[in-house]
Formats: sequence, C-alpha cells, structure tokens
Amino acid sequence: MNPVADVWVYLAASPLLWLTLTLVAYIGAFALYDKSRFNPLVNPVAISVVLLTGLLVATGTPYATYFEGAQFVHFLLGPATVALAVPLAEQMPKLRRAWFALTVGLLVGVVVAMVSALAIAWLLGASPATIASLAPKSVTTPVAMGISEKIGGIPSLTAVIVVLTGIVGAALGRFVFDALGVKSRAVRGFAIGLAGHGQGVARAFVVSEEAGAFAGLAMGLTALATALIAPWLAPRVIALML
Amino acid sequence: MAILHALALLLAFQLIGEAATFALALPVPGPVLGMTLLLVAVALRRDLLARLKSTSSTLLMHLSLLFVPAGVGVMVHGARLAAEGLAIVVAIVVSTVLALAATALTVRALLRDDEDSR
Repeated sequence: MNPVADVWVYLAASPLLWLTLTLVAYIGAFALYDKSRFNPLVNPVAISVVLLTGLLVATGTPYATYFEGAQFVHFLLGPATVALAVPLAEQMPKLRRAWFALTVGLLVGVVVAMVSALAIAWLLGASPATIASLAPKSVTTPVAMGISEKIGGIPSLTAVIVVLTGIVGAALGRFVFDALGVKSRAVRGFAIGLAGHGQGVARAFVVSEEAGAFAGLAMGLTALATALIAPWLAPRVIALML
Repeated sequence: MAILHALALLLAFQLIGEAATFALALPVPGPVLGMTLLLVAVALRRDLLARLKSTSSTLLMHLSLLFVPAGVGVMVHGARLAAEGLAIVVAIVVSTVLALAATALTVRALLRDDEDSR
C-alpha cells in the first residue's frame, strides 16, 4: 500500500492532526484579518470554519473524529470566560457609574435578541425544534447548549447558531453603531458583547481595552440573564406561535 | 511560571463555579459564577491582577479561536440547514442587528453624564 496513504490513515484518526489543523487554519485566517487591517467583514472564525469543514468533507472525516482533537481548544472557553474578570476589575469605576443604564440595556437586549429570533424563524416556517434552538443564540457556546437542551432545542444545532450569531454580531456591529451615531466605546462594547458574546468581545478588544471590558461584562451578564429568562420566556413565546 | 500560576488560578475558579452551580442547582452557568468570584477575589487582593494580566490578555485576544470547533459542527446539520437554512440565517442576522441597535440605544439614552459625547 502507498506509504503516504498509510500515514494519512494513521494521523487522520489521531487528535493531534485535527488540533494542529484547527490552530493552523485559525492562524491563516487571522493573518488575513490582520492584513485587512482588522476589517470586521474578514471574520477569522468564518474563514477557519469554511476551511476546516471543506477539508473534513473532502477527506470523509466525521465530525466526532475532528472534535476529539479540537476539544482541547473548545475546552478553553471555560477558563477564558473566567479570565474576563481581569478587564472587568480594571474598568470597575466606569462600570459602577453606568450600572443602571447597563442593567436596563441588558434586559432590553436579551429579550429583543431572543423574541425577534423566535418570531422571524416562526414566520419563515422553521420547525419547533429549530425555533427553540435559536432562543439562546446570543449566549456563549457551552451555556447556550445547556439552555437549548432545557427548552426542547437541539444543543449541537444551537452551538452552530451561536457561532453564526457571533460572526454576524462581530461583522455588523460597527455598521449598526455608525448608522445610529453611537460613538462611545463603552456603549458599543456593551452592545456587541451582548449580541455577539465571545466573538463580539474579541472584536471589541481589537478596537480598545475599554470596549473589550464592557463587552466582556455584557457577555457574562447575557449568559446569566438568558439562563434565567429563556426557560420561562421561550416556551411561552413558542406556545403562542404554534 | 507566571502562565502556569495564572492558568491554575483560572481553572480553580472555574472549578469552584461549576461545583457550586451543580451542588446548589443555581441557574447561573459555572464559568460565569467563576468569573464573578474571581472579580471579588481581585477586589480583595489587588496583586492577583498583575499575576493574571498577561495570560488573561492572551486568552481573550484569541477568544475567537475557541469558537472554531463548535462552528465546524455545521457539517453535522447539513440536512436541516438545506431545509431550514434560510429561516435560520435570516432569523440570526435580523435579530442580531435588532439586539445590537436596541442595546446601544437603550444604554446611550440612560447614561446620564453624556459619556457618549466623547
């Protein structure tokens, strides 16, 4: 048998190959993002996902095999969420002054994100399981999957929806804020972290530490608020539609 | 060693967060509780901030990378996306734009000291 094929068969089944390729794909995508001078439309997650999905489909590799390697990257979502405490602590004086505006903004944003997604999916004829999977779309992945399961969604579909939402939020934030004339970095950061969770936070940190801290706060609070509100609100909204 | 200490600290707070939410059946996600507890710890012991700074900055700077494995999961949902992809994409795009706008406008309207004029 062809020795190259032998090596491929051996490596394709090992976690090392897919972990390495995940990092390489992202480094390549990030280099493009850098080269575009951090244009929000050149989204590194979208590019990496397209590259890796293409490679997996072309080589007939199942997602489960891929994830055995990629899970080490996925796992870091937890400690990275904890790490948001650092920029939050640094921006504490500013956050304290704005707590009332941020709390109201949080509740409005969380309800708008959830109810509008459910309503649009319903209007366009999506199935009940798909509609439920959309409810926690602005929440960071591991938390969103837990909420989805609780309300009759499909957790793995929610994971994909969450990543797509982050791509859209990170890509369109700038254009929405500019159109509305919202200039404050704190306000822009908070809104992009609420709507686009971790990817919104990453985008905000590219712009400034201050925007990043507010985005990180919004991401944490959105996860918390949605975990509290969705199990109560989403089934009621879905019941109204069906 | 700095990175080792920082990583151990982050994992320890996540662990405490996960354990507490499980044991007390709290609706709060474990890592979010861990983040809140670390925030309290940093307020009590300011020197923790310097220890965590470089590792947390590195993690957060490449936060996007951590979403790639979940995003590749799109390949598992080919059939559903072929049937309902349009509804899903339109729902995501429109609701995300609405959430961005509603949040930004609400917070701006309520900020008293006109921070937005900077």
